[in-house]
Amino acid sequence: MSTVTSVAQRPTPTVRRQELGSAVVRFAGDSGDGMQFTGSQFTQATALAHNDLATFPDFPAEIRAPAGTTFGVSSFQINFGADVIKTSGDAVDMLVAMNPAALKVELPALRNGGLIVVDKGSFNERSLRKAGFKSNPLGDSSLDAYRVLEFDISAMTLEAVKDFGLSQKEALRCKNMWTLGFVYWMYGRNRQTTVDWLNQKFARHPQLAKANIAALNAGHALGETAEIPHGLHGFTIGEAKIAPGEYRTVTGAEALSWGLVVGTKLAGLQLTFCSYPITPASALLHTLSNLMEYDVVTFQAEDEIAAACSAIGASYAGSLGVTSSSGPGIALKAEAIGLAISAELPLIVVNSQRAGPSTGMPTKTEQSDLHQAVFGRNADSPLAVLAARSPSDCFEVAIEAVRIATKYMTPVILLTDGYIGNAAEPWLIPDVDSIRFPRVQFRTDPAGFQPFLRDPKTLARPWAVPGTPGLEHRIGGLEKDYDTGHISYDPINHQRMTEARAEKIRRIADDLPPQTVEDGAEKGRLAIVGWGSTYGPINRAVSELRKKGQDASHIHLRHLWPLPKNLGELLAGFDKVLVPELNTGQLTTLIRSRYLIDAQGLHKVSGQPFKINEIEAAARECLEK
Amino acid sequence: MNVVSPITKLTPKDFATDQEVRWCPGCGDYAILKAMQRTLADIGARRENTVFVSGIGCAARFPYYMATYGFHTIHGRAPAFATGIKLANPGLDVWVVSGDGDALSIGGNHLMHVLRRNVNLQLLMFNNEIYGLTKGQYSPTSRAGTRSPSTPWGSIENPVCAVALALGAGARFVARSVDSLQKHLPEVLKRAHAHNGTSFVEIFQNCIVFNNDVFADFTAREIADDAEVFVEHGKPLIFGKNKNRGLRIKPGKLALETVTIGENGVTETDILVHDETNRALAGMLAGMERPTMPIALGVLYCDPTPSYEDGVKDHFEEAKKHGTGKDLNKLLRRGHTWTVAG
Ligand code: SF4
Repeated sequence: MSTVTSVAQRPTPTVRRQELGSAVVRFAGDSGDGMQFTGSQFTQATALAHNDLATFPDFPAEIRAPAGTTFGVSSFQINFGADVIKTSGDAVDMLVAMNPAALKVELPALRNGGLIVVDKGSFNERSLRKAGFKSNPLGDSSLDAYRVLEFDISAMTLEAVKDFGLSQKEALRCKNMWTLGFVYWMYGRNRQTTVDWLNQKFARHPQLAKANIAALNAGHALGETAEIPHGLHGFTIGEAKIAPGEYRTVTGAEALSWGLVVGTKLAGLQLTFCSYPITPASALLHTLSNLMEYDVVTFQAEDEIAAACSAIGASYAGSLGVTSSSGPGIALKAEAIGLAISAELPLIVVNSQRAGPSTGMPTKTEQSDLHQAVFGRNADSPLAVLAARSPSDCFEVAIEAVRIATKYMTPVILLTDGYIGNAAEPWLIPDVDSIRFPRVQFRTDPAGFQPFLRDPKTLARPWAVPGTPGLEHRIGGLEKDYDTGHISYDPINHQRMTEARAEKIRRIADDLPPQTVEDGAEKGRLAIVGWGSTYGPINRAVSELRKKGQDASHIHLRHLWPLPKNLGELLAGFDKVLVPELNTGQLTTLIRSRYLIDAQGLHKVSGQPFKINEIEAAARECLEK
Repeated sequence: MNVVSPITKLTPKDFATDQEVRWCPGCGDYAILKAMQRTLADIGARRENTVFVSGIGCAARFPYYMATYGFHTIHGRAPAFATGIKLANPGLDVWVVSGDGDALSIGGNHLMHVLRRNVNLQLLMFNNEIYGLTKGQYSPTSRAGTRSPSTPWGSIENPVCAVALALGAGARFVARSVDSLQKHLPEVLKRAHAHNGTSFVEIFQNCIVFNNDVFADFTAREIADDAEVFVEHGKPLIFGKNKNRGLRIKPGKLALETVTIGENGVTETDILVHDETNRALAGMLAGMERPTMPIALGVLYCDPTPSYEDGVKDHFEEAKKHGTGKDLNKLLRRGHTWTVAG
């Protein structure tokens, strides 16, 4: 496939293109500059060019922070290439900065010698002062370590759209499309998907569609017509070796929503999703609200507690109730989750983790709710905890959550995070018909019925839903008699029921495939154990270490409670265990206490994902000790 | 799917469980339980199709004594559980049983929202103006000055008027009765059941242990006739031992006053006729307080609009009309896809 865009009518002049294995581009601008749209368009075009990719959207908590401020900078990073890409990239190769504030905030991420594309039209005295620059960095020597491409993007955009009768403000809004057009040219991307998208997005405002397309084309043409300064050239990135099949890009929120829909549909259940808006979890509510045709009921409750309670009510009545939030909201749901544990009802609780404690940093990622998930309720209240490792992994993990919740009549907490939820990656779309999943059987036979009579194998109680004649019964949060299900304050019975609830959750581990090693040997000097969104950086770090002859293995956990049965044995086969986490050591503590091994933690809580080299460095230190 | 069992008429006894009732002897809850079992028998309710949902408190024990489905949940949240139940299966007949602490204090938010959403269920609030199960602290309906273990000097707060709050929250059915009114209470419960949407019923309930006779200022046998007005749609608001007292709009004021028929030229035609679809009137009836006014009992307000479930059903139909169908493989392939050749 040619890497030069096919939209261009005229033949490409003799532009030298440099061949690259991969590249990291970061788009940065004001929250109002449309950087997230720009990034996701570039993602789509890059996926269509058959590159592997990973993205990292990073935006402020404020919806429209004051223009030009450093705290209002919104950015979108994409790492793409002909190799396998597993992280959004350690260092940025090309930074697109729409204003001085974006340059100020994002410059530290740029590698030495990296390329900066700036809108010099936005570098005026006022915006420089707002960004905290004492002098114009475009005029002094502060950017000498980089290559800088200055364009008056504002002026060129205004010129490109002048025929469409837009106001100055509307016209300037097209700046991001001009920039995207230019970056498309730089990397030889096809503009067609964006043209289609603009036509669709502005279907009711054809002038806006035309203006945006004109801006996109103008940015592209700048590269094409070789009006480019000092020896600049475009890049070529070969196609990645990708397994054949049908692909799409998917965000974690989409994959999770679809996994829940597919899981419940295959189980023969209605999905009832009850949630309260909270960053960064709301994307799930939005996605599922559009899926009513798949028998999805969504309910925006009055608060987090009502969201959990209504989901439990739905499960009680024979739907699969799902509630979703982020850490602070999960804290509010804790009492209700305790009831679902006591009443032994299926429930899925999705936690899109964010930096905390308290309100913390709502749009920044962290993995610090593991202990909350495993232990964060009153009394002995065990449940199952799962974690997704990547956007596309959310699909499978959601289906697994449906399976465990319904088979074991238990709440399942599914941990994801803001990073996974918003980031996109290419996904080999599965064939739903090939997914094997048992249909749920409600209890209907009144003979010998008792609401808490347990299945001898799973210890799950029967799911007897209102509407079934002959099974009328009363349940609640009071302790129940093991044999009759009636209220009981008997001391021996409480001991027995507490143990039965714990044993039921423990038995889930009997039902899991053994924990495998992602990369590396099953025994050796160092196991790096991770969970959740640290998958990419750990995996790349281990692969780098192994390339350089180091003995390291990567183990990544999906099931965090109960832990896989063979995990203790597996870890015992390594001299050292390193647990990198975006918290201060929660899985480390869990592993140390569970297996009595000297697991070491690597902790990062900056709101940013791990860099590959951070993990590599920690691993080397471990190996040298 | 709800399976309909063969229709054999059930008796009140058929709605009783074998569980030992654990309320204090003489508690008003017994009478309400009896009225409820009567009501269900009278309306031909099916046990399998009926669900009682409660929160925490003395009243919340109610589901254990009903031979239907029952869910004893957590403090204040019963309306939220009930909403989930109706979302999963709108065909179920759901009764929420709550108390003044449960519904108005810890669960105040959920009460407001279930009412404004108009979920099709019955919400009964047993008001005894006290926390019973936790041993007698003042509650949000306790009158100012109530002495209790937590207010030895008397409570400082003003009480909330449950029916006024329900009207303010947008309830479309608001009624009131008393535990001991064994004829009136089942009739009110039947009306509540027949209403499409959330039916809010406040039941004055005597807590014999911690707040005995707190309602005696209008329920005491000797004074009840003069202290209670039973409102009925289309009928004049007449009360009194001799059926000669009535309510009318105070001339020149937007307020109610009590008058005596035959005195000062007042005739029966001067008496206000109850219109249960008139929210302003309902508000005035709800606001009547002892000792100057009688307490209004019966259906104060009933003006149905489509329920929340009706709205959900409409959206379902609309979505299915415009949707791409139920093919899950299509769902995963919405938007842009591309094929990598082998
Ligand atoms: S404490 Fe009061 S309300 Fe509770 S059961 Fe006893 S009498 Fe009834």
